[in-house]
Amino acid sequence: MALATDNPALTSSLLYLDGVCVSFDGYKALRGLSLVLAPGEMRAIIGPNGAGKTTMMDIITGKTRPDEGDVYFGGVQDLTKMDEAEIAELGIGRKFQKPTVFESHTVEDNILLALKAPRHAFATLFGKAAADQNDKIDSILATTRLSEHRQRLAGDLSHGQKQWLEIGMLLAQDPKLLLVDEPVAGMTDAETAQTAELLREIAKDHSVVVVEHDMTFVRDLGVKVTVLHEGAVLAEGPLDVVSADPRVIEVYLGR
Amino acid sequence: MQKTPLLDTKGIVFLLLLAAAAILVPVLFLATPANGALHVPAYLVALIGKYLCYALLAIALDLVWGYCGILSLGHGAFFALGGYAMGMYLMRQIGTRGVYANANLPDFMVFLNWKELPVTWWGFNHISYAMLMVLLVPGILAFVFGWFAFRSRVTGVYLSIITQALTYALLLAFFRNDMGFGGNNGLTDFKDILGFPVQSDGTRAALFSISALALGLGYLISRAIVVSKFGKVLIAIRDAESRTRFIGYRVETYKLAVFTISAMMAGVAGALYVPQVGIINPGEFSPTNSIEAVIWVAVGGRGTLVGAALGAVLVNFAKTWFTGVLPELWLFALGLLFILVTLYLPKGLLGAGADALARLRRAKAQTKPLPAAE
Repeated sequence: MALATDNPALTSSLLYLDGVCVSFDGYKALRGLSLVLAPGEMRAIIGPNGAGKTTMMDIITGKTRPDEGDVYFGGVQDLTKMDEAEIAELGIGRKFQKPTVFESHTVEDNILLALKAPRHAFATLFGKAAADQNDKIDSILATTRLSEHRQRLAGDLSHGQKQWLEIGMLLAQDPKLLLVDEPVAGMTDAETAQTAELLREIAKDHSVVVVEHDMTFVRDLGVKVTVLHEGAVLAEGPLDVVSADPRVIEVYLGR
Repeated sequence: MQKTPLLDTKGIVFLLLLAAAAILVPVLFLATPANGALHVPAYLVALIGKYLCYALLAIALDLVWGYCGILSLGHGAFFALGGYAMGMYLMRQIGTRGVYANANLPDFMVFLNWKELPVTWWGFNHISYAMLMVLLVPGILAFVFGWFAFRSRVTGVYLSIITQALTYALLLAFFRNDMGFGGNNGLTDFKDILGFPVQSDGTRAALFSISALALGLGYLISRAIVVSKFGKVLIAIRDAESRTRFIGYRVETYKLAVFTISAMMAGVAGALYVPQVGIINPGEFSPTNSIEAVIWVAVGGRGTLVGAALGAVLVNFAKTWFTGVLPELWLFALGLLFILVTLYLPKGLLGAGADALARLRRAKAQTKPLPAAE
């Protein structure tokens, strides 16, 4: 923690990863990954399969512990020492690659469970509902275009709607940082465009990291891009610059 | 926000039926002539009383399995521990009326040539202490077990296997004479409960009504839990555990809380069961008992509470009938029932009934000229 004062890159960052390594049964999933995200920034992460994108998300959200390296949130919070629930309470929300919603709850209850509120068992057993929670649910359902599906079971929604519901749950958490893993996988072109619009809307007042394969979608977002390859950063910058980089072309198009 | 009411139609029907049984059965048993057409014989009072205790165990199991996805194959252990706590109280009430007429020691201890009462038995001559133990012993065991299992994130079939191992380990332990709980004979020959003779008609009737009351109360507590936000979190854990973690809920705390509450409920069921059947022995820890309880819940419909109680009563009626007519075929019938329910009625009897009702309503709605609601 001593480095917090003499490292300007760390103190001014929202998310700071430095030299993160992790291996599973000898397979090195991340080899010295370093990444700095400024507050309010939206970043797209691209990279071929096995580049370590999902592992990176696992490290940030506390699902996986790194073997080496630093992971800090807001310049001071050491994420390697916390579990998932603590990290979520700090203000990091995560959307999975496969839409993961509570299928036997209504759309409304899915949002309700994600809304910022005390998470302790005692509070949920005996606590009263917050007065403004209905308005919050209304506005989130409007943003995610799910207002008319409010009373439907989440399990009955279409694939695209489930993705939006999951994004809506992230919004309800009101995190400082959203990690979004392949939000448009399996979506139609129209849904993809709408999702890009939705994420840009969200990025106005949240920091967002988006992992995506879909290049059109990344272009639609129009943000700084980080290319991962074999567990480390290969290139970083605007999409046009990055896609002109010969190393990136080689990784993506093969030798 | 639509708030789920504490009592829905099936809950109200269930509680009314229970209240009716709690009043009518004792009245028909005590106040009608023994050869009258409406008379309920003593054996039937004890039998239905036993079913009510099983129903409470089933509701406790449904709370953890149906709502939180924890398939416990060892809930019989908590039931048996509650039963032993009550059995110990009943043993201490025998006093000098035992075979050896020893005022301080139960018969089996005199037989083993023990000189004084072991610490584990201290206080059990007081009903209040015994009742506290009925709740605390299963509760603490569930808490300690859950603390390790849930924090280590043991889930699914692995958790089921260790719950099964738990009850099996207790079975072996309670078989040992030097454990001080009566070895393989268990505890029996009870005389009094609260000064009333256990075998008397009045006591039987009272125990029956208390069991019905406990079942109703257990249902209400469980229902209050599942309709609260806490209950919604339980269902969320069942549906998508890691999602629940990533939105900030500490899953292990929730599991631990509901598992402990459920174990205490199972303990109460066991405590009411013992005076009605007149014996508790290590056989109650047998893994098959716990598995049968799972089948009751599956047959009735998990995640419905009322269904679990219904399943417990129906399967046990079938068991009583079957073991009378074709005793050697009962286990095959039970296995077949489980397979059929899993294949054709995944939501159990209650779930299947609800689906049929919904279909009927929809068909009715379509025949009307109104636009469809959905």
